[in-house]
Order: sequence, then C-alpha cells, then structure tokens
Amino acid sequence: MRTIIFRTIAPYLSALMVLFSIFVLLRGHNEPGGGFIGGLIAASALAIFGVACGVASVRRAIVFHPMGIAGFGLFIGALAGIVSFFKGQPFMTSQWWYLKVFGVEIPLSTPLIFDIGVYLVVVGAIGSIALALEERESD
Amino acid sequence: MAGSPVSVDYSQAMNLSAVPAGDWLVVAPTLITLLGGSLCLMLRKNTDLQPKLGIGFLALLVLANFGLLVRVLDYGVISMVMGSWLPPFGIAFTVDALGATLSLIGSIVALCAGIYGAASVDNTGRRYGFYPFLLLLMTGVCGAFITGDIFNLYVWFEVLLISSYGLLVLGNDRIQLDGAVKYGVLNLIGTNLFLIATGLLYGIFGTLNMADLAQKVAALDNPASGTLATVAALYFLAFAMKAAAFPVNFWLPASYHTPNVVVSAVFAGLLTKVGVYALIRVFVLILPASRGYMADVIALVAIATLLTGALGALAQSELRRLFGYLVIAGIGSMLAGVAVGSTLAVSGAIFYAVHSIIVMTALYLAAGIMNLMSGSYDLRKLGGLYQKSAGFAGVFLVLGFAVSGLPPFSGFWPKVILVDAAFQDGRAWLGAAILVSGFLTTLAMGRVWIYAFWRGGPEGTPDGQSVAAAGTDTGQLSGAAVWLPIGILTALVVYFGLQPEWMLELSTQGATGVVEPLGYLRSVFGGEG
Repeated sequence: MRTIIFRTIAPYLSALMVLFSIFVLLRGHNEPGGGFIGGLIAASALAIFGVACGVASVRRAIVFHPMGIAGFGLFIGALAGIVSFFKGQPFMTSQWWYLKVFGVEIPLSTPLIFDIGVYLVVVGAIGSIALALEERESD
Repeated sequence: MAGSPVSVDYSQAMNLSAVPAGDWLVVAPTLITLLGGSLCLMLRKNTDLQPKLGIGFLALLVLANFGLLVRVLDYGVISMVMGSWLPPFGIAFTVDALGATLSLIGSIVALCAGIYGAASVDNTGRRYGFYPFLLLLMTGVCGAFITGDIFNLYVWFEVLLISSYGLLVLGNDRIQLDGAVKYGVLNLIGTNLFLIATGLLYGIFGTLNMADLAQKVAALDNPASGTLATVAALYFLAFAMKAAAFPVNFWLPASYHTPNVVVSAVFAGLLTKVGVYALIRVFVLILPASRGYMADVIALVAIATLLTGALGALAQSELRRLFGYLVIAGIGSMLAGVAVGSTLAVSGAIFYAVHSIIVMTALYLAAGIMNLMSGSYDLRKLGGLYQKSAGFAGVFLVLGFAVSGLPPFSGFWPKVILVDAAFQDGRAWLGAAILVSGFLTTLAMGRVWIYAFWRGGPEGTPDGQSVAAAGTDTGQLSGAAVWLPIGILTALVVYFGLQPEWMLELSTQGATGVVEPLGYLRSVFGGEG
C-alpha cells in the first residue's frame, strides 16, 4: 500500500477530506449533510492518512486520543441541550443567535453545537476503531 | 427559518409555556451521567482522578434521583418533551413513581459499585474506562426507567448494552471474551426482536409514545386480537431474554462469573431488572388485554424460572454462578407479579425488583470480599471465614435470609404480597412455586454459609480444626472502599425489612400508576382534572 505516489498524495487528500467534512457538517441543518456524515468523512481521512503514513503519525497529528475526542463530542452535545434551561424551556429546545459580520448574517444555534458534538463522537469512535485495526495489521 | 417574514403559529406544534426549573429533574439523571461519563472518558489517563470523578457524579446522580422521586410524590407523574415539540411527536420523558423508585435504587447500587470499584479495579481497568462505562451504563439504566417513548426505551437499552459489553471485557481475559460472546449474541437477538416488535407497533398505531399507545390500544374494539398478539409475543420473548427468564436464561450464569466482581455486582443488580421493568411497562400499561390472555404462559414461565433458578443455585459450587442462578430465581418472582397483573401483584413485583437490585449487588460484593479473604470463589476451597471476620459472617447471614425471603429482611414483604396476590387470583400453583423456590434458596444459601463460614477450612479439613486459607488481599480489606458499599446495601436490606411502609407505599403507588394509567396519560397530554 505504501507506494510513493500514495504517500505523497495522502496528506493533501486527508487535509482536503477534513475540510470537506467540515463543509458537510456546517451545511447540514437544512441541506443534506450534518455531523454524522461529516464525522464519517473525517474518520476516513484519518484512516487514509494512517494507511499511508503509519498510525503513529496520525496519533501525533490529532494530538488527543480519539476516545478523548469522542468524549469531548458527547460532552458538548449534552451541554448544547442544557442551554434552554436558562430560558425556561424543555431540554434540547433549539436556541438561535443571528450574528452580523460585515453585513452577512451568520446563524448560530444549539443544534449546530449538538451537530459538532455528533461529528466529534463519530470521528473519535470510528477513528479509534480504524486506527486500532491498522495498528494490528502492521504488527 | 432565518429572518423569515412569514409568521408561523408555533403553538400548533410546540409547547410554548414555561417549564418550571424543577421539571428538569426529569432529564437530570441521564444528563449527569452523560456529562460525567464523557468527562471521565476524556480524563481516563488520569487514573487517580477517575474514582473521585466517577463517585462524585454517581453521588450527584443519587441526589438527582432522590429529588426526582420527591417531586413525583409531590406533583404526580411529570413529563418533559424534548425540544418543546408536542407529544406524541416529540420524544417524551415521563416519570411516575415506578420509574423514579427504580431509578433511585439503581443509582444507589451504582454508587456502591463505584466506591467498591475504587478498591477492586486496578489502574489498567481504570485506564480502559471502568468509570466512563459505569456512568454511561447508568445513563442507559436511568433513561430506560424514565423515558415515556417505546423507541427511546430501545435506544436506552442499546446504550446500557454497549456499556455493559465494555465492562464485561474489561481486562481482556480469554474467559471474559467467552462470556461476552454468549452474553452479546443472546442480547443482540433480544434487542432485534424488541426492534421488530416496535416496528410492528408503529405500523399499527403510527405512534411510539407510550401514553398515546396505551390510549389507542384501549380504544380498539378488540384489543386482544390479530397483529397485536404477535407484537405481544415478540415483546415477551425479547424482554424475557433481557430478564433471563426460563428458557432463555442460560446466558446469565455463563457470563456473570467472568468479569471483575464489581461489574458482576452491577449487572446482577440492574440489567435483568431493566428487562422486568420493560415487561411491566409494556404489558401492564400498554397491552393490558394481551397480558390478560398471555397470563397463563407468563405464569408457567415464572414457575419454571423460579424453580430453575433455585435448583441451579443448589447445584453450583462457584459462588458467582450460584448467585447468578439466584438472580434468575428472583426474576421468576417478579414475572409471577406480571402474570397475575392486579395492582397488588404488580406492587409486589416492584418491591421485589427493588429488593433484588439491592440484595443481589450486595451478594456479589460479598463474594468479592470472600475471595479477598480466602483466595477463591469455589465453595470447596472456601472455609474458616467466620474466624476471619465474625461481623462479615453476620452480614452474609442477613443477605442470605433476605434473598431467601425470610423475615425480618427486605425479601420477606414482596414475597408475602406476591404469594397473597397469586392466591387471590386463584393461581395456587404460582404461590406454591414462589414458596418452594424460597425454600430451595434458603437451602442453597445455608449451604454457602455452612461451607464458607462455619467449616474450619477448605474441603477435607477435619472437624474442630481450623486451617486459614491464604487470601488474595493486598490491603483492600483494611480500606473503607470495600466495606462501605456492602454496609450501605445491608443497612437498606435491614431497613426495608423492618420499616417496609415507605417502600410498600411507593410500590403500591407505582403499581396503581401502571394498572390505572390515567395520571400517566394526563401528564403527557394534559387534560381536565
């Protein structure tokens, strides 16, 4: 698998895939996409990088252990539901904030935070499975 | 919806009235464990911090559940629908006395396990996530007790199953993987049946909200016919698998003796009881007519489960397998309550579930202590424990009396109620089976006590002599983390035995709430007093 072409291309490919996964994540509220599918794309980016350049370099690149990333995703996903507490609304009621940056309206919301949580959970969980399998292979 | 000029009448779809902050207690148990579990997961390399965080969040969980129970007793059934959507479209969490009671008792048991785990789970176990898994397991358990949506119940089952797989293989022994495969395969089949039945139910009624389902089933002309029979049978099989009822009970003794004893303790206390809870919820609340015509089948299964459990316990000499069979015998008692189905019987089943959660966890923790004292779980190699600790021998005797249903401990009252309910319903055989099973359990526990505590030493020790066996204790026995949990649980066993009024009141209220679900329905859909 570790041909020179693949090894040269893989880092760029992975970077592009991560970028694309974030694009898919952000467009997800009203259009096809979202945290889950974005997370899957990002996890496959990690897997490709791992196949090409070794699992150790992936682990260095993402700094945190994948399970830690998944834990963080779960944490902010749960926090996103609590925001409505302060408005006297039930758990998980969505809250929206419309920011104006240079005349462009940017809608931010708790569903987005929740979606980012889902994204991180999927990246962490699938990524750690993929990395564990690749590690086993290279033993 | 960003800046759209069209005015939308949100009140058609959403609940726009303010929710009192106290109602957030409904989601507090799942939220606390979810946040705690994810925090522990992020910090899992920090093995010193793990027990502190884990026990802290579990203590918070107990407090939240206590608050929830008090609120349910004050205000009646409370509902919260996620995201403000109106039921039956929004997913409702609906807590009645039944759910709140079991959730509270379950969290107390989990707290005890968390404390015991501080002594018995080593750093490797902590790094591989004992506390995150325990907390997320409690998310699933509390969520299952609290939710008012049957698909959501399935989701919580999955959450607790996935966490339980993690706990089961913690340590990665060959025997653990063997146990996990048996446990996993049967539970997967059970979950699939659950899902299929839920799909069928949705196909018939177009709703998954339990209160809505209960109304729609009750409104049918002939609620005991047709496809509903299939649904009821599928649900019964699925939950019987989860609860380890005869004849799908074999996975329990095959897997519960493999993991760390504190994991077995949590499993024995909680997992099967969630199955029984689901059975009560679905058969008594949603499908009462199906329960009516399946009553004979359920009674037969209950009798077989009672006897298999008690006889199996008599035949075992491995402590943890033996206790596993006692869990099964207890499930038989609770099934007997479901088979009879009167308010009295269901309240007996609920009280028995509470008793069984506490006493089975305590027994497994006691098995762990016996192993620390003499280095084995095998009755043939145990002995002389009375000389090592007379106090512990007394505690074990209390637990043995309780699990056999002898007064004055917690097992006595639910058995009295169940036997009484069975005779009132004209099912003398069922009552007799409960009594016979209790008698056999007494024998099995007496056997354990005589061999492990009275006998001077391991098998072959001459009468009158005492041979002290070497334990595996490496200082745990001198710490509070081992003794505090079993102390709390035994105190509860004694308390519920001597002062049963509180729990009797709670279980009667819980049973009334599912047998006559008017309060449950009103809490979800509102409606006039």
